[in-house]
Amino acid sequence: MTDARTAILARLRAATNPDPLPALDTAVMDRRHWAAAERAARLRKGMEAVHTEFLEATPSNWAAVVQGCCAREGFRNLLYGPNSEAGQALGGAWGLATTRLMPYDHPMETFKAELFSSVDAGFTSTVAGLAETGGLLLLPGPTEPRLLSLVPPVHLALLRASTIHDSFWSAVKALGWGRSLPANALLISGPSKTADIEQTLAYGVHGPKRLLVILVNDLN
Amino acid sequence: MPAETEVPFREPAAKALRDPVLRANFRRAMDGLVAKRKAQFTDSKDLQELRDLSSAIRTRSLLRLPDLLEQLETSCTKNGIQVHWAETCEQGNALILDLLQAHGVTRMVKGKSMVSEEMHLNAFLEAHGIEALESDLGEYIIQLDGETPSHIIMPAIHKNKDQIARQFSQKIKDAAYTEDVDELTAMARKVLRQKFFEAQAGLSGVNFAVAETGTLCLVENEGNGRMSTHVPPLHIAVMGLEKVVPRLEEVAPLYAILTRSATGQAVSTYFNLISGPRGATEMDGPKEVHLVILDNGRSRMYSDPQLRATLRCIRCGACLNHCPVYTRVGGHAYQAVYPGPIGKILTPQMEGVGARHELIHGSSLCGACAEACPVEIPIPELLVRLRREATHPDPLSTVKGNGSGRTFGEDWAWRVWAAVTKRPALYRLAAWFSTRFGRALPASTPLLKGWTRDRTRPMPAPRSLSERIRSEGVPHD
Repeated sequence: MTDARTAILARLRAATNPDPLPALDTAVMDRRHWAAAERAARLRKGMEAVHTEFLEATPSNWAAVVQGCCAREGFRNLLYGPNSEAGQALGGAWGLATTRLMPYDHPMETFKAELFSSVDAGFTSTVAGLAETGGLLLLPGPTEPRLLSLVPPVHLALLRASTIHDSFWSAVKALGWGRSLPANALLISGPSKTADIEQTLAYGVHGPKRLLVILVNDLN
Repeated sequence: MPAETEVPFREPAAKALRDPVLRANFRRAMDGLVAKRKAQFTDSKDLQELRDLSSAIRTRSLLRLPDLLEQLETSCTKNGIQVHWAETCEQGNALILDLLQAHGVTRMVKGKSMVSEEMHLNAFLEAHGIEALESDLGEYIIQLDGETPSHIIMPAIHKNKDQIARQFSQKIKDAAYTEDVDELTAMARKVLRQKFFEAQAGLSGVNFAVAETGTLCLVENEGNGRMSTHVPPLHIAVMGLEKVVPRLEEVAPLYAILTRSATGQAVSTYFNLISGPRGATEMDGPKEVHLVILDNGRSRMYSDPQLRATLRCIRCGACLNHCPVYTRVGGHAYQAVYPGPIGKILTPQMEGVGARHELIHGSSLCGACAEACPVEIPIPELLVRLRREATHPDPLSTVKGNGSGRTFGEDWAWRVWAAVTKRPALYRLAAWFSTRFGRALPASTPLLKGWTRDRTRPMPAPRSLSERIRSEGVPHD
């Protein structure tokens, strides 16, 4: 359809006028600042309001907290990316017999039916948190595939308090997302939800029914 | 200019007004959405600054539109996203059909996309033997009944829980009747999970496209958008050509104001940034990603400096929620893909101002839409402009159907009016007749009938003002 392209661009170019670009005043975006501890509290409040659950942990015990959660919830298995930094740590520490740790290191097509029907939970790390609204930023990819945080009915996400930014705006800048992005980047603020029936909130419509954040207190 | 086939608004609107269930459904929903939005914008100064910023970002993007589209194409191509262009909906549909057929696709799932509604893509694909299944819960509900969306964000808002409960029990296999929203949602989840699993392709819209990074941004709460774009091996995204912004940084304010304006959420559950297909070392994601950029009248809107503001729209639906007309008549009365205030300026520009003459007049110009608009589109001003375009033929106009809303009756009425007001003697005579005999005119008199159908009949004074001044003088105290 190069003809369509040429025609569309020609029409747009014929109409483009040399008006100066209006200035961008971003003061309203830059105004959001909180101290580190407050950022974690805000994130938690924002995400709990939309049914996200939190588990508190320390840098040394978070893998145990994940195992404790799996045991308590009775998960038969936990899908994870064995080659991510968090995945390696989790795999190394795993000693729970009742929950099988399932590595997601092979193409989705090789276990698609199992992924859709018999995985109880998925574990991922995160690259950042957002204080203003509550939210997690993830970079799914080779070590932590995209469907890890989507298809299993429960999503366990590891968040380090030191990586919580003021807002999406400040995180995008700090992480340098503006310049280039991997094939997928993602913001998640809670479990999947809908209000399409009479504006009544219902959770777990297509994505995970539950989101559990393992919040690692690594401040100071 | 010959009149185009006119699509009515008056009659469907009147019919909707007589439906108490429909009116209650909309009233409840719109009041809820208005309150939720208000709760998000507690600081009016912040809101105004964010609106000014968002409006400036959209205006800047439009000023550089052709360059940004080319840059987007280059960045996407570099990322492995294949870019296609379509001037018309027919071209877009044909292009998507070709892609699907080339991949042997017979089952496709869809994330919510208003552009695909604009293209009537589902019906087109079904006619070619391809299942195009809506997976957004609201869209799924209306697709089950063969309906069109009645709201751009909440497509099934015209239905209440009881209606959906009945519908599910009749149309979903083995479904028991329940009015429990969680159970209804669970039913849809079960059906659609299987569809995501089986789908050979997924189609989505695009909320923002970032030129610099070649990124397609998708805002959603349900996860069906992620399912549609990450599970099937082929992902096709469709976007109107106005959706591009220069940099990801500029997306942040737009995203912040979009979710707050639309559903009163500080943030959506998911914000999905797609910058390419499955990489060589990735375990999942689509093997191919295609982007279809649709014009369908947008470049025509673009060519008019005033009407170009229409393209600033980020499709939040706030203007619908705040509109006194939309709240009362609902979305279907508009008989258009885009209802409400934004639809009133968008649809006539796409289909012709003559064909949509009733629509551009179906507004009290109260301005609630412009006040709620996150990107400050002056909708009432644009409506007035379109009204003028409909009745004033102008060879230089780029508006579709310019002059075609002119009717013989109205034309002559204005000519007679002009002739009378330009001749003082004639004017006095006409005033004398209407003051003396105006009251005696039956309500069924042409012209008067149109007014008295829905309103109190106007009563002329027994003597005109100028007569009274002449006989009584003007008191100076």
